[in-house]
Parts: sequence; C-alpha cells; structure tokens
Amino acid sequence: MFSAEVATDISWILENAWIIPAIPAASFLLILFFGKKTPGGGHWIGITSVLAIFALSLWSAVAWIGYVDDSHGAEAEAEHAAVVEEFAVGDTLTLAAAEEPVEGEEHAVEATPGPILSERDWFSIAPFDTFKIGTLVDGQSVMLLFVVTFISSLVHIFSVDYVAGDRRYTHYFAFLSLFTSAMLFMVLSSNTLQLIVGWELVGVCSFALIGHWWEEKPNSDAALKAFLTNRVGDIGLLVGMTILFFAAGGTFDITTINTMAGAGEIGQGTLLVASLCLLGAVMSKSGQFILHTWLPDAMAGPTPVSALIHAATMVVAGIYLVGRLYSVFWVGLAIPGSNINALALIGGVTCVFGGMLAFVQNDIKKVLAYSTVSQLGYMALALGVGAWTAGMFHLFTHAFFKACLFLGAGSLSHACHHSFDMKAEMGGLRKIMPKTFITFVIGSLALAGIPPMAGFWSKDEILAGAGVWPGTGGNGTYYIPFIFGMITAALTAAYMSRVIWLVFFGQYRGHSQPHENGPLITVPLMILAFMATVVGFLNMPPAFATAIGLPESWGERFGHYVEPAGIASFPGDLGHANPSLSLAIVASLLAAGAGGVVWLYYQALYRKDSMATEVTGGLKDKHKVLAAGHTMLVNKYYLDDLYTETIAMGTKGPIAKAAYWFNQNVLDGVIDTVGKGTVGLGRFVYRYIDQGAIDGSVRGMGVGADDSGQMLRKVQSGKIRQYAMLMFGGAVVLVAVFIVAV
Amino acid sequence: MLLNQFLFLAAILFCIGVYGVLTRKNGVLVLMSIEVILNAVNINLVAFGAYNDDVSGQVFALFLIAVAAAEVGVGLAIILLMYRNRQSISVADADALHG
Repeated sequence: MFSAEVATDISWILENAWIIPAIPAASFLLILFFGKKTPGGGHWIGITSVLAIFALSLWSAVAWIGYVDDSHGAEAEAEHAAVVEEFAVGDTLTLAAAEEPVEGEEHAVEATPGPILSERDWFSIAPFDTFKIGTLVDGQSVMLLFVVTFISSLVHIFSVDYVAGDRRYTHYFAFLSLFTSAMLFMVLSSNTLQLIVGWELVGVCSFALIGHWWEEKPNSDAALKAFLTNRVGDIGLLVGMTILFFAAGGTFDITTINTMAGAGEIGQGTLLVASLCLLGAVMSKSGQFILHTWLPDAMAGPTPVSALIHAATMVVAGIYLVGRLYSVFWVGLAIPGSNINALALIGGVTCVFGGMLAFVQNDIKKVLAYSTVSQLGYMALALGVGAWTAGMFHLFTHAFFKACLFLGAGSLSHACHHSFDMKAEMGGLRKIMPKTFITFVIGSLALAGIPPMAGFWSKDEILAGAGVWPGTGGNGTYYIPFIFGMITAALTAAYMSRVIWLVFFGQYRGHSQPHENGPLITVPLMILAFMATVVGFLNMPPAFATAIGLPESWGERFGHYVEPAGIASFPGDLGHANPSLSLAIVASLLAAGAGGVVWLYYQALYRKDSMATEVTGGLKDKHKVLAAGHTMLVNKYYLDDLYTETIAMGTKGPIAKAAYWFNQNVLDGVIDTVGKGTVGLGRFVYRYIDQGAIDGSVRGMGVGADDSGQMLRKVQSGKIRQYAMLMFGGAVVLVAVFIVAV
Repeated sequence: MLLNQFLFLAAILFCIGVYGVLTRKNGVLVLMSIEVILNAVNINLVAFGAYNDDVSGQVFALFLIAVAAAEVGVGLAIILLMYRNRQSISVADADALHG
C-alpha cells in the first residue's frame, strides 16, 4: 500500500523532467529565427525561458526532497509495522514485475528513494534490447539542475549589460540557450548514449562561445584548442562507453552498468580499461592535469560564458560523469594491492599544479581559470578517496563562488577598458567599485576556504574524507592526496590574496576612468555572493548544527538528499568521514596564514613604487631556483610546447614525410604500374583483339561476301539459254537423284 | 492399253522442245519449243488419265492448253516489245540483267 501511495505521490515534474531541457532548446530555435526581430535582440526569450526552467528546477528540488522524505517515512513505518512492511515489499515486487509500458512509458518505482526513471523507446537493433531515451532523476541530477539553471539565469541577466551592443548579441543568447539545454539534457540522461550526445553538445557550445569574437586570431585559436583537446578525451569516452556497453551485456542503461560494476559482475580488467578510457574524457572535459591546457585559453570567450561554462557547469561534466558511473571508476581505477584509487592521485596532482600556475598570471581571468583547474582537481581527489558526497558538495559550492568571482572579473573588466590585466590596468579599485569589491572578496574567501564561507565546508569535508587526519575514521592510506589537498588549501588562499591586493588595493595603474557598474551586473554578483556565504551550511556536520542551536537534523542535509540511494551498495567503505574540528582549524589557519603572508609580501613590494606594472626585487630576482621555478610556471610546465612543438610537430613532420614517401613510392608506384599496365593492355587489345579479331572478322565477312559475289555474278550472265540450261540441268540432276534414291 | 508408246512420244517431244529452247536464238522459235514441251506434258496427262480411267487428266490438259495460250500471248507481247526496242528478236541479245 505504501509504495503504491509513494508511486502516485511522485510529483509531476520528477516524471516529466524532459521539459526542463526542452524549454531552452525551443528558446534556442526561437532566438535563432526570430531573435533579431524581437525587442531586446532576443534576450527576453532567453531570460524568460531560463527563469522558467529555474522555477521548474526549484519545483523539482522541492518535489525530490518531498519524495525522499516520504520514502524515508515509509521505511521508518515499515520497520515498525511488520504487516505494512509485507505490504510494502509485496507491492514493490509487483510494481517491479509489472513493468508494463503505460502509454509508452515505464516507471520503475521503489520504496527506497531510488532514481525516478521515465523512459520511452528510442530505437532497436536486432540482438540487443530496445534502446531507450529518457530521464533519470535522482539527487545528483536534481542538484545539478538547480546549479545549472541558477547560474544560467544570473549569467543571462548579467550578459544583457555585459555584451550589450555586440554584433552577435542575438547569437550569443541563442548559444547560451543551447548550452543550457544541452547541459540539462546530459545531466538528466538515463543512459550513456544520451550522455555522450549531451557531452558533445556542450562541447560544441563551448567551442562556439569561446570563439564568439572569432575575428581575432587568438580567440579562434583558443576555441580550436578547446575543441581539439576535448576531442582527445571524447575518443576515450566513446571507447569506454562501448566497452561498458558490451561488458554490461548490451545495455547503455546507467543504473544497470553501475549496479553490475558494483556487484562485481564485470571483470576488474574490463573496468580498468573502460575507466581509463573514460578518465581521458574526464581529464579533458574537467581540466585535469595534463589535459587542462585548453581551459585557461578558453578565457578568450566572453566573461559570462567563462562563468557559466568554464567555471560552474560544463567543466564539472567530467566530475558529474565520475559521480554517475561511480562504481565503474571506483572498481576500475583501484590500484591493485593497495587501497588507493588512481583518481585521487590525478586529482591531487591537478589541484597542486593548477594552483601553482595561478601565481604567475597577470590576467585575472587566467588566475581564476587555473583556480578552476585546481578546484576541479579537488573534486576528482574527493571522488578518488571515496568521499562521493564531499566531491559533489564541492561541485555545488564551487559553482556559486567561482561564478561570483568570474562575474566579478567581468564587472572589473567592463569598468576598466575591457582589460583583464591586473598589473597594468587595475589597482586601488575598492573605493571606486565597492559592490564589486565586497562580492569579490566574499567569493575569494569562499574559494580560499575561510570559515564560515561555502568553500570552507566542502573543502574541509574533502580533507576529512581523505581519512588521514586522526579521528576522521578513514583507512589511512591517502597520505599523498591529503598532503596535496592541504598544500592546495594554502595555495588557493595565497593566490587569491595576490589577486585582491593587485586589483583592489594600492593605487590605480590604468588609463581609463573606472566606474561601478549598473544593477544588471551588480545584482547577480550580490546574489552569488550571498549564495557563496550560505550554501556551505547545507551540509554542516550535525554536531555543528547543535552547537549553534539548531536541531541536529539540519546537519548534512545536502548529503541526505543528493546521495544516490545505492551509495550503500557502492563498493568499498564509502561511509562518511567524521568531521574533525582540529582539522578544520588547522586547514583554516593554514589558508589564512598563506593569504596573510602573500598580502604582506605585496604590500612591501609595492611600497617602493606604487605605480609599477612590473615589480622588481620580487622573489624571482632573489634566488636562481626561484627564478627557474618562475620561468617554469610562466611557461606552464612547457606542456603547451610539449603538445604543439614536440607531439604535434614531431608527429606532423615525420608522418608527413613518411606519408609523402609512401605517396611517391608506394601509391604512385602502384598507380604508375597500373597505368602502364593499362596502356600496355590497351595496346594489346587494340592491336590484336580489336584490329585483329573483331575488325578482321568484320572485314573478312565483307571480303567473303565480295568474293562470293564476284564468283556468283558470273552465273548471272543474263543469257536466257544459259539459265534454261542450268534449269534443265538441275532438273535432270534432280531426276537422276530421284531415280537413284527411289 | 499401251502406255509406254504415249510416254515415249511425250519424252521425245519434250527433248525436242528442250533442244529447241536451248539452241534457238529466235524468240518466237523458243516460244514454239516451250509449246512443244507443254504439249508433251499434255500427252502425259491425258495418257495417265486414260490409263487410270480418270477424267481429271483430261481436265488438267484442258487447263494447261488455256494457260499455255495465255503464256504464249504474254511471251509474244514481250518479243514484240523487244523487237520494237532493239530491232531484234534474238534472245541472246536480251542480256541487260547480267551480273
């Protein structure tokens, strides 16, 4: 009875979530075809649709929370009353057995808060089950629906002012709509095939929006670089998904693949290969070291695009993929003979190396881009050490404060001559742009993980999740990721401290008249700053909730609603780490200390010459090792050189030469031989067959006819008596034959 | 009844007619020779008809006489026209269709 009630109680939106990506897709077409004719150049269509889907996402979030609560309520009551439990189990079974299509749809409903699947038949190929298309609604997808639509709404509003007067204003909004639609489509996909489609679509939108101002060569180069780097990973995605398809017995269904991988029904070797292929996709899309190089260049696009796509949403697609197919990655990437998952190491390396790169950038957006790389490394680290919830929570909080910082950078650039150069065009802006200053500082504090900002809670959870710190209850094997995580905590605070000093303190070094921006730009900043302050409390430890006088049940709400139902069935010990007060204090002090040191350093550095755009007497001038390190960082670990000079040119040159040789000698040789052979054959055919046999026979017939005619014409003498003689002679012969024969 | 005598007579007439056709250059004489051949045939028909006690042989002979008359009519007309055009009735000269 209970499960039946739960089944009927499922909110309409959770079963019809397809409408959420459908609305911006329609908006994309509307803007593309009618945008220029509508007032505002199409932005009203975009903003209306994105606000509508934000409302729908809020509805779905509320509905999901209600759904989870109902289910838990049902469970609790079922435990108390055995009769009810029997009913519930019985009904669940019948529901599971009676999966008959109702109006072409299927609803697999469980009493536990499992994902809500709504699928339709897509297409079928003979030996496999019918392929389906549909939506998979669970905590993770609802969380991302909320994040994507929220950030997208603010970015739409921000863009109205920011890209005003742009020559491709309408197309810009069209692509924002398409991106939003594609991202939501991917997030809601119920099978991996659908996920690949969404994945590629967001890649295309990223390409188009990075190259929005393609008239300038660096911009179109950056777009191409992003696209090509992502292609490298996309190959991995295709191969990996294909392996999983066959390994799971011919199905793309995400739930099935996850269950089978978790239950050990797919061999570890297969999962290793599949997850390594998928890891390529994750690394390219989510900017993991060594495929992160496209992400800083992607800052060539308009700043709101960077905020939406390259900070808050698209780049977390890789993290989302790991979270979605967590069993696959968890089992596949486990290093044999140890308790360590390779993903944690990649994440650890990414967060430290990305963070270090942020120090040498003068372009504020590039600092933020490397910071994004670093934070994405944090998320991968969290997923690698088994802290699923911490990783997803960091994704959630990061979206808000990083979008806040990017839009803040956009606001600065909008005021300062459209430049992003912190050293040449900024400085001392705190009094001129107070709203931007305050929101930017809030975002930075959140990013640096200073309590009580959002980043503090999620970063702390990840560090605790590594399970090394005493009292956090882990298996104690993730020392290296933990140390990397701590270093990154310090690095993050340090480079954000540098940014804030260079931009907002000291003296203004630019050449324009900066001014605070209008409400279309500052209001989104304030909303994001507010979110960056408060969202951390969504997953505060229950002990903290009681300590500040709130009911204990207010703690860890995020994990409660977002965690997949099957997290208990995920392999390994993916329990929650115990929050540790001492760890939180140490990490926060580390961050605050690093930030403070950098602050004092810059203050001392600029005291000598407050207008200097290139500061001398800095660290790199003091010691050779530091200078070498600086050069290394400025050259981005020479990865770009490695890719273009060594790998691309190195393969291009020899391959081109080999191809040329092959072309000249083998292919041309073959063609030459074939050509010569054909000519020879043609001559032979002409000489002997055509001229000899065919013409000969035709001519022979002519000659034969002529000759026989010449012979026979003598018979035709015209002499009647001769004819008569022949006639009678013939008659005599006939008579003779007749007589002899008879 | 002695059939053989009639057949011998007809054969002799036939051979005379053939000889005439082959040797004579005069168109009129060739036609006359053809008549001799035809009459040889007539004798045969009548002889066989009488021998078999059947009148159809005589009927055939009557038809043949009529046809021969027509044939001579056509033949004489050709010779007449030949004479008008060539001032000769020699069949040896009429060789315009030679190959």
